[in-house]
Amino acid sequence: MKVAFWPGCVSKGACPELYVSTHKVADALGLELVELEEAPCTGAGVLSEQNPALADSLNGLTLAMAERQGADLMTICSTCQGVLSGTQFHLANDPARLARVNETLASSGYEYRGTTKVKHLLWILVEDIGLDRLASLVKHKLTGLNVAPFYGCYILRPEEYLGLKERPERSTYLEQIIALIGATPVEYLGKSKCCGFPMLTMNREVSLKMGGKHILEAKSKGADVLVTPCPLCHLNLDGQQPDAAGVMKQPLGVPILHLPQLLGLAFGFAPEDLRLNHHVINTKAALEKVELKV
Amino acid sequence: MKWTIVVGRYDKDQPAGSGYPPPFESAAAKRYQTFEVDLPEHAMVLDALIQVREYQDESLAVRCACRSAICGSCAMWINGHANLACTSKLRDFTVDGKVTVESPPSMPPIRDLVCDMTPFWQKNRQVRPWLEGKEPVPAGEEYRVPNAAMENLIQEVGCISCGACLMDCESFAVNQNFLGPAALAKAYRYTADPRDAETRDRLKTYSEPDGVWDCTHCYECVQQCPKGVAPLEQILKLRRMAVEEGFTNNAGTRHAYAFAESVKDSGRLNELTLMPKSFGLLNIRAQLQSLPAAFNMARAGKLPPLIHKKIPGLARIKSIFAKVGGKFK
Repeated sequence: MKVAFWPGCVSKGACPELYVSTHKVADALGLELVELEEAPCTGAGVLSEQNPALADSLNGLTLAMAERQGADLMTICSTCQGVLSGTQFHLANDPARLARVNETLASSGYEYRGTTKVKHLLWILVEDIGLDRLASLVKHKLTGLNVAPFYGCYILRPEEYLGLKERPERSTYLEQIIALIGATPVEYLGKSKCCGFPMLTMNREVSLKMGGKHILEAKSKGADVLVTPCPLCHLNLDGQQPDAAGVMKQPLGVPILHLPQLLGLAFGFAPEDLRLNHHVINTKAALEKVELKV
Repeated sequence: MKWTIVVGRYDKDQPAGSGYPPPFESAAAKRYQTFEVDLPEHAMVLDALIQVREYQDESLAVRCACRSAICGSCAMWINGHANLACTSKLRDFTVDGKVTVESPPSMPPIRDLVCDMTPFWQKNRQVRPWLEGKEPVPAGEEYRVPNAAMENLIQEVGCISCGACLMDCESFAVNQNFLGPAALAKAYRYTADPRDAETRDRLKTYSEPDGVWDCTHCYECVQQCPKGVAPLEQILKLRRMAVEEGFTNNAGTRHAYAFAESVKDSGRLNELTLMPKSFGLLNIRAQLQSLPAAFNMARAGKLPPLIHKKIPGLARIKSIFAKVGGKFK
């Protein structure tokens, strides 16, 4: 299977471990990644709130690039997914808005016809590759590891942009994958809530409390690690976790794994090859629980 | 049909621990009680609660009136999210054989499913939810407005003040001073009304701390609103109006401009400069506060590349900015 691959800025910036582990897992799955190297940042919702026409055009360009590849557009970031799904939804349902975008793109060499499907890696794993195929590739079951899913807002809400009305089961894919690789999904309220990252520069204390609260709840339910399909959640939950512990006045110390890192471990890749030794919160103790060393 | 409903019971005469954060806040006093009810397949969660109160346990406190999504009384947490009990079907909310209902942990509890709505009404009052009429009053007639101007406000006018959005607001859950989705949506309704005389003053007030920039953009309020008010969308309109009106001395505006500049100049986000620029280069306290996390990330090998690369084909991006960049040109 071939996909047009939009890695997002963060997987090529502060979360290189996501980019590396995505490629490892894609190789194992025979998923051909055609990276859209000329596609722009989605604007992460920040540009669209101040200038919807600008965000429409930038994301319309990315959708057109995928359309030319004749392949679905794959994201590895809940935020990119949400923004691109939103644009896709509006341009598919509003011909006038699509016409305005194409007017702006006129000199770019691209025209968007409105047909691109945007899919997060998480959806491709379950819907296109299938759980049976995934199960057949598991070489190292992560039995005994308690994994708390953390979806990130933009892969769940608003439902109509993200196809959750037609496929409500999309809100359970992380748990399905966790169970499939032999680990135990941890059920807790925070799994579908906000990591706080969008507010980090506006109100640092509130942002850290938001993330810290969910980590603490997962920990109280026995989580050894959290797994997320969103690198922005990762930045707040892992990168800011020591600061969040300070604000919460409680120890946290829960490693945060990217989705392809967790799957990569089950596929038998060495933790170093998935850059699990490059996290702010040390992954050593959790990995030892499943007889892996980093 | 048999249904199982688990109800969070609370009585303030059994004092809660002062533990933070919710949802553990009242764990000491809250207990969960399971009831079985016999109701048709199409029954609502509220039908089940009334059944319990009428025939099994008359001490159950539940607030409801119209039973048709008009009065807004019966918003409560159903399986961990705010919903109107009167429009939530038991069959849609039964997970693993049960539905769990409770008072939302971010609101002060009174008894069982009844929470204290005082924070909701206080925030509402705080945004001055009334028209400040323009002077002079048109002689001998009423204020006239074009239809199109009012169409823009219709979405918010649908609000029934049930509080579901505030109950699920992630920012409010950890910061009780945040004005919150319902009040800010109401604020937009008056700010954007062409008859209002205080537009500028309102935007100034709403741009202050605990106002529009304290929304975390999580879409919970959009998801939970039973009337399609989409409070987040109204908050974003207020942000846009505030920036355009010149209230730009805040991290939110700096963040937006730094973000746009980075995409315009390189096609991608420059993570290294975004944070310091958002805080404001002279905001020494915020800059210092962010240093330990930056240091931790650098030590783990998670620092973005020091030389920020531009994407190939940047001319396309620059052309888009030139055409529709507006204030970000």
